[in-house]
Amino acid sequence: MSIATPKHIDHPTVLYMNGVSVSFDGFKALNSLSLFIEPGEMRAIIGPNGAGKTTMMDVITGKTRPDSGTILFNDKEDLTRYDEAQVANMGVGRKFQKPSVIESLTVFENIEMSLKGGRSVWQALVHKLTPARQEKIDEILDLIDLKDRQHEEAGSLSHGQKQWLEIGMLLGQEPELLLIDEPAAGMTDEETMKTAELFKRLAKKHSLMVVEHDMDFIEALDCKVTVLHEGRVLAEGSLETVKANQEVIEVYLGR
Amino acid sequence: MLSVFRQVMLYLAVLCCAVNAHAAADSMKPDTELHALAQQLIDAGFREKKALTEALVEINDPKTLEFSQVMVNGDLYYRKDDRVVVIKGEDKITSFFNGEVIEIASSRDIKKISVNNSLRTILRSGIARLQIFSPVASVRKQAAVNLLKSADDIDSVTLSRAMAEEKNSEVKDILSLVQGIKSLESGDSATRLAGIDALAGSLYPDVRGALANFVRAAESDGRASEVKAATDALEKIEDLLRVNAVIENLYFGLALGAVLLLAAIGLAITFGVMGVINMAHGEMIMLGAYTTYVVQQLMPDHIGLSLAVAIPAAFLVSGLVGVAIERGVIRHLYGRPLETLLATFGISLVLQQAVRSIFSPLNREVATPDWMAGTFMINPALELTYNRLYIIIFSLVVLALLALVLKRTLFGLQMRAVTMNRPMASSMGIRTGWVDALTFGLGSGIAGIAGVALSQLTNVGPNMGQAYIIDSFMVVVFGGVGNLWGTLVGAMSLGVVNKLLEPWAGAVVAKILVLVFIILFIQKRPRGLFALKGRAADMG
Amino acid sequence: MSQEIKGGPLTRLIMNDKAGRKLLLVLLLVSVLVPLSNLLVPEGSLFHVSTFTMTLLGKYLCYALLAVAVDLIWGYCGILSLGHGAFFALGGYAMGMYLMRQIGDRGVYANPELPDFMVFLNWTELPWYWQGFDQFWFAMIMVLAAPGLLAFVFGVLAFRSRVTGVYLSIITQALTYALLLAFFRNDMGFGGNNGLTDFKDILGFDLQADTTRAALFFASGIALIGGYLISRFIVTSKLGRVLVAIRDSESRARFLGYRVEWYKLFVFVVSSMLAGVAGALYVPQVGIINPGEFAPINSIEIIIWVAVGGRGTLYGAVIGAVLVNYAKTYFTGAFAELWLFMLGGLFVLTTLYLPKGVVGLWAQIQEKRRSSSGGPGGGQSATAEGKV
Repeated sequence: MSIATPKHIDHPTVLYMNGVSVSFDGFKALNSLSLFIEPGEMRAIIGPNGAGKTTMMDVITGKTRPDSGTILFNDKEDLTRYDEAQVANMGVGRKFQKPSVIESLTVFENIEMSLKGGRSVWQALVHKLTPARQEKIDEILDLIDLKDRQHEEAGSLSHGQKQWLEIGMLLGQEPELLLIDEPAAGMTDEETMKTAELFKRLAKKHSLMVVEHDMDFIEALDCKVTVLHEGRVLAEGSLETVKANQEVIEVYLGR
Repeated sequence: MLSVFRQVMLYLAVLCCAVNAHAAADSMKPDTELHALAQQLIDAGFREKKALTEALVEINDPKTLEFSQVMVNGDLYYRKDDRVVVIKGEDKITSFFNGEVIEIASSRDIKKISVNNSLRTILRSGIARLQIFSPVASVRKQAAVNLLKSADDIDSVTLSRAMAEEKNSEVKDILSLVQGIKSLESGDSATRLAGIDALAGSLYPDVRGALANFVRAAESDGRASEVKAATDALEKIEDLLRVNAVIENLYFGLALGAVLLLAAIGLAITFGVMGVINMAHGEMIMLGAYTTYVVQQLMPDHIGLSLAVAIPAAFLVSGLVGVAIERGVIRHLYGRPLETLLATFGISLVLQQAVRSIFSPLNREVATPDWMAGTFMINPALELTYNRLYIIIFSLVVLALLALVLKRTLFGLQMRAVTMNRPMASSMGIRTGWVDALTFGLGSGIAGIAGVALSQLTNVGPNMGQAYIIDSFMVVVFGGVGNLWGTLVGAMSLGVVNKLLEPWAGAVVAKILVLVFIILFIQKRPRGLFALKGRAADMG
Repeated sequence: MSQEIKGGPLTRLIMNDKAGRKLLLVLLLVSVLVPLSNLLVPEGSLFHVSTFTMTLLGKYLCYALLAVAVDLIWGYCGILSLGHGAFFALGGYAMGMYLMRQIGDRGVYANPELPDFMVFLNWTELPWYWQGFDQFWFAMIMVLAAPGLLAFVFGVLAFRSRVTGVYLSIITQALTYALLLAFFRNDMGFGGNNGLTDFKDILGFDLQADTTRAALFFASGIALIGGYLISRFIVTSKLGRVLVAIRDSESRARFLGYRVEWYKLFVFVVSSMLAGVAGALYVPQVGIINPGEFAPINSIEIIIWVAVGGRGTLYGAVIGAVLVNYAKTYFTGAFAELWLFMLGGLFVLTTLYLPKGVVGLWAQIQEKRRSSSGGPGGGQSATAEGKV
């Protein structure tokens, strides 16, 4: 668990990516990408299609191995050496663009499965629903507003409810860093705003990285924005500065 | 030189003629020296026969050779009542001199012109001499090869003369081997050693036998230097034979690879391109083979032509069955690969049973045209069969045609469009359902063509498809899904590896090893040899 | 799958499983009554079960256990194994080896150490892997260990490198095919083509005796009940929910932090051992084990039992195995030609029209009846199915 590569900045980070490159058959999905997220920070990531947002998440969560570059979690763990499950258990939660819940389990069971700990086969076999766990599940069900549907199959939920359930599962994992891919997709305006509120509250305890296209949502998040383009960082700063950036305007309008 | 020899022969012939002229009998019969001698043979005892036979092999007549051969084989007879000399064949009796088929009432009507061992020796060496001076090179070659087996049939003088007159270098080489074998029996050690030298590196089994015999003899006589020279020569031969064996196994491997390729190409379309697991693929091959059988039953007198007819017929039969399966079953199961697997497995059972009910559970006999049989000789120890060569060529042609269809035709373009982006293709006006059905039909039809080819190599029975389904999947998966080039490389390498392992491990173990190898390989590279990478792979 | 799990293990296993409870009751009754009626009720009576019928039913019970093993991995974890017949056969061979050693010097060649086929092959001593099989306890360990070990090695390789879906299915088929070829070889030391047969007795009891047959039948019934309960224990635990998660969305399970490969490996090994037990009970009842059991078609037939019964329910697998095999016995006897048409048709029809098997069909019919009768809460009964 030693540091593989020394960092070139000295303040603490939750996520440190430096010079990360990935290519598929010659196509550079990530091109020497560097990005830092500080503890308790919320970061919005925007960028046109094919900018490398999903690949970036794949690389962080151990799904894809980068060709080169450093990715450190909490300044010590080299994430490129672990697989998805190990990265998740270190405290990195991920929400997919398409809501990904276990459709044939109930809402309750989905949350129960996500609760931190008990990941080994044996623990799963002898697992018991303790009062503490029950309490935690209830808390999350309240938060995502699915308490009265907790015994229904997750497959029967609406699109927005599935998004919420997935967020609830993320919370159950109690991750330090949350990677969230287009949470507002398919939500009503009201739900979108509610989600933004929830994220802002979460940011106090967790670090968040939110990929989103919805500019109203980004605005509501009110946080630092990073613009990705062709696998690298194009601009970084508040939403206003980024919007005013000439390169960003060209990238978005030039297409 | 030759002309001098001919003059000698002529002189001898005239001499014989003069001696035996009074014996010429029936004026109705061809009035040749050979004929006259034949008439004498009928009455002669073995002692007289010996002189007659010695004279016979010197007669300068185009039929002398045939006469001697028939006689040495013991097929020479004569009809008792009119003394006509006849050949007793397996199923008919023909007159030797005018070739007419002769009907006889009883087998007792004819009598054998018998030969004994001493006559045979005379005949054989006479035959060898006649052949070795034949104007036809292939006859001379055959005679020379025969002499390797029995070098005693020719005396040294004749052999030297033949070598001196021989212009064809191939025949000459063989003759010098004959000389080598003869010199092994020489009384002079230097000559024997020179003989060994001449024999080293020859691949004729008889040469090897002669050397081995020589080693045994030399060992018992304690001729150490000759034993060593002969053993070295034998070793050199063994080395060459080993190389030969590898080449032969490579050839077998390529042929097996071609069979695998034929079986797998169709699957490369249905599984590789469409992603459909068709467990009835083997039965598409079987239907093709049965189509060949039916076509042959319809035109039993044109076996060669029937194959040409069977290829399109099998393509149509298997292709149509394929389209029916796609429209009837698979269409409803897209996106559910495991269910597709089960449903098509059910179809395979139904097709097997259908064939069993219609044609009987026994294997059917499918004839092979003559030009498929036979071998071509690379060297004396290595003969390769034509049918394997044709299969290799045929499989490559099928693959090339398919690649052409995919790359160069509108249908190929539409097919690729549908597999890459179905909604987009659909919105551009391509009838995706129709393309699916035709694609599946194409894959199945090619399996049918494979069946035509396999009917020429293996038994045609209701279960024949089962033998190929696992192999075909292994080839496609090993080569990389959705990649015809990978299928080619996969099939050929699996075929060659299998055949190269066989002499070392035995056929069954070789097959098991290949299967285990693929199982391990898939775990290492789940997407095969030539895998698509990145996003495209994730979507596929 | 959607039932809410509360209470102790017993409730979890039995009380929450209405259909399973009925099935277990039936199985228990059958396991006790069939042997009794065979042994105690006089022949000719209406209630007498002949030894032939009992052996046939015993075979079905073994098949049912095999089907439960397959349902455990296919129905709950989405692993479609086309090679489970191999584990069944390995368990069978382990038992067969014990039974061979039991023959002792009563074989044709009267060799006290070597089975007949080894004497025939001019072998002079017992191969190392035949050692210990004269002990029943050792053979029973091997009944579990042989298939378990193969499943473990295969599973470690396959699941760690994330071979899934049809690829996995095809390599499991290749596995059993390779074993088929291997066991056909005389050099393997398992009797080659003929397999192991001509057994005399088990634990000193004559295999031809009705009492032994009855005991084997009872053992099969108990094994099935045990196998069902073990499987049920697994699928109702959180582990079972993780398996369902893997089946529905493998990547989600990974991103939740579950090491998918170990879960698959665990359930695959357990399933292979259940299959091995089924094979071990099957062999003394049918009196032979040969390489034919490794044939790929056997493994695929197991899948159709589960599919016909209804996958992902466990009791559906039992029902399917009995139904299909009864049909097979009947049709191969009455219309041999038709059987493969029927079996093939079953594959097609079940996948097209009965994705949930007869169990699902039954539930649908019940559902319709309830909603047409207009009872209170008729519409909700679908989701209530399986709850207390």
